[in-house]
Amino acid sequence: MRILGISAFYHDSAAALIEDGTIIAAAQEERFTRKKHDPGFPEKSIEYCLTQAGLTLKDIDHLVFFEKPFLKFERLLETYLAKAPKGFTSFKMAMPVWIKDKLFQKDKLIKLFEKFETPGDIEDRLLFAEHHQSHAASAFFPSPFEEAVVLTMDGVGEWATASVAIGRGNTLTTVKEIQFPHSLGLLYSAMTYYTGFKVNSGEYKVMGLAPYGEPKYADLIKDNLIDIKEDGSYWLDQSYFNYATGLTMTSNKFHDLFGAPPRTPEQKITQREMDLAASVQAVTEEVMLKMATNLAQSYNIPNLCLAGGVALNCVANGKIIRGGSFENVWVQPAAGDAGGALGAALAAYYVEKGQARKPNRSADHMKGSYLGPLFEQTDIENRLTRAGAKFEVFGDNALMEETATCLEAGHAIGWFQGRMEFGPRALGGRSILGDPRNPKMQKTLNLKIKYRESFRPFAPSILAEDVGNYFEHDKESPYMLVVAPVKEEHRLDTTDQDKGLFGIEKLNIPRSTIPAITHVDYSARIQTVHKETNPRYHALISAFKEKTGCPIVVNTSFNVRGEPIVCTPEDAFHCFMGTEMDTLVIGNCLLRKQDQDQTLAEDYKDKFELD
Amino acid sequence: MKSFIKEIIAYMNARKKWWLAPILIIMIAFGALLVLAEGSAIAPFIYTIF
Repeated sequence: MRILGISAFYHDSAAALIEDGTIIAAAQEERFTRKKHDPGFPEKSIEYCLTQAGLTLKDIDHLVFFEKPFLKFERLLETYLAKAPKGFTSFKMAMPVWIKDKLFQKDKLIKLFEKFETPGDIEDRLLFAEHHQSHAASAFFPSPFEEAVVLTMDGVGEWATASVAIGRGNTLTTVKEIQFPHSLGLLYSAMTYYTGFKVNSGEYKVMGLAPYGEPKYADLIKDNLIDIKEDGSYWLDQSYFNYATGLTMTSNKFHDLFGAPPRTPEQKITQREMDLAASVQAVTEEVMLKMATNLAQSYNIPNLCLAGGVALNCVANGKIIRGGSFENVWVQPAAGDAGGALGAALAAYYVEKGQARKPNRSADHMKGSYLGPLFEQTDIENRLTRAGAKFEVFGDNALMEETATCLEAGHAIGWFQGRMEFGPRALGGRSILGDPRNPKMQKTLNLKIKYRESFRPFAPSILAEDVGNYFEHDKESPYMLVVAPVKEEHRLDTTDQDKGLFGIEKLNIPRSTIPAITHVDYSARIQTVHKETNPRYHALISAFKEKTGCPIVVNTSFNVRGEPIVCTPEDAFHCFMGTEMDTLVIGNCLLRKQDQDQTLAEDYKDKFELD
Repeated sequence: MKSFIKEIIAYMNARKKWWLAPILIIMIAFGALLVLAEGSAIAPFIYTIF
């Protein structure tokens, strides 16, 4: 049975194809259209999924949309009704969109699918899953567990903003949920907005900024904005927020409480924003930890699966894991709405169609999340030649050797290998790499290559077998969704003067033997690299270890600020030429910046709208 | 439109939300008036809740 799941018309559109429960392909639309968080119909992603499987849409048994539009409309109407006449401005803007378009999403989907085949029985094959059911299915069904508690948390789906389900075999039963407008995701987004970052993409920046600050406002948040119950459930005082029926996230009462209006994106980031970030992060962690503890006690199941946008809060994930309430924790790598496409397909296969499920206890079913397009060596060479690139072709071993030498020499290296990752993280398929021991690497990558804020941290990719030697974490973390502290023995002594530094000044002090990936609180967002899922990346890091004794490389996504991660060799070449990256490795081709025709360099920095 | 009406009746039946029907009709009618009055609108929401 072949099922295609899609997420669309909100943010992060995607398509995923499964065949008899096996994940064949999955990709986000933004990678093809080059429009970050593209919310459109995922036409190109569907095209890719079908091509990858060698199928046409006629061969697909079911097409599944990741949420239920009527339920969402019901929530909108009931919210407007409850708040009327307040919210009329928002109602006036939302209604035309719904009446003209969103209310007829089924017809719209049928028409859009008909682009792939002549009109036929698409309506009979079209199914709809619930938003949080899609998230929960994406977390449980690919996990290695026969039985698990499944916790999903995000901004909002139809009604649910958080849900708990129990997954057993091929069943997934929702046991409780928290409904809109009470949402941990929206509390985090409200603070993201208040600290001057973009909602739906700046949450990562808030998380990265938090270690520079002190959680000075945590009590203020808990005393006024959120009432956290013993079991981790919560209630938000809506008088402080404006998202339910307004056009902004926060209300004047919120601004009065914190003593100032929201920061505008042009204003400098100060210690205040860092403290606000630390505070909302601390509150989020408290909620998630309380929930995890309560769920472990209530259900007595040793396994936890997480998905939904809040599950991308890898600092909180790390604390849940180290908290030890659950023996095993598995987080869906595409935890955001893109992953809903995969979840919708899996929910249709197992829940709706009742197909048997055989979890693999030793590994999950995500194939390392390398589910996107692959380019063969000959194709890569042809594409690069057409783009005007000058390159050398190496054998596998020589390529690893040469790339490791470049890394050791301090080069920033574009690394494009195998299938593209599904989900927001680059995992060694479309990555920019550097030497983590180099104290200048973090600044160089942020300011000269990624063109992003200097406070933002970078993540390490470490050989899975070495993780326990460097970090307070000895489990797998293949999807870079766990933050853990660097081990004491790798930390460097700081002087009393260093300890007295505040905010962004902290950044200038090397804190460990691997400073480029050590955040100011000695933490790191770990990716363990496994021979089984990415042998080439594993071979490269092994070659680097052979040379330097260090089993770690800096890994950041292959893009600049505001750009979707590169998809094709051409995207990679253009990004390479538009930034100060030194070397680019695509398949077995190695490109050096000095060999390239400099007239091919374009103004890349301003090409993408800032996130 | 016929299939849409069928769908919406099935939805209200499944959700046991028949009480929503009159409100739904009034609000949709009101919304339709807004559409006729204003044309299309891509809302400048900071966070679109829909």
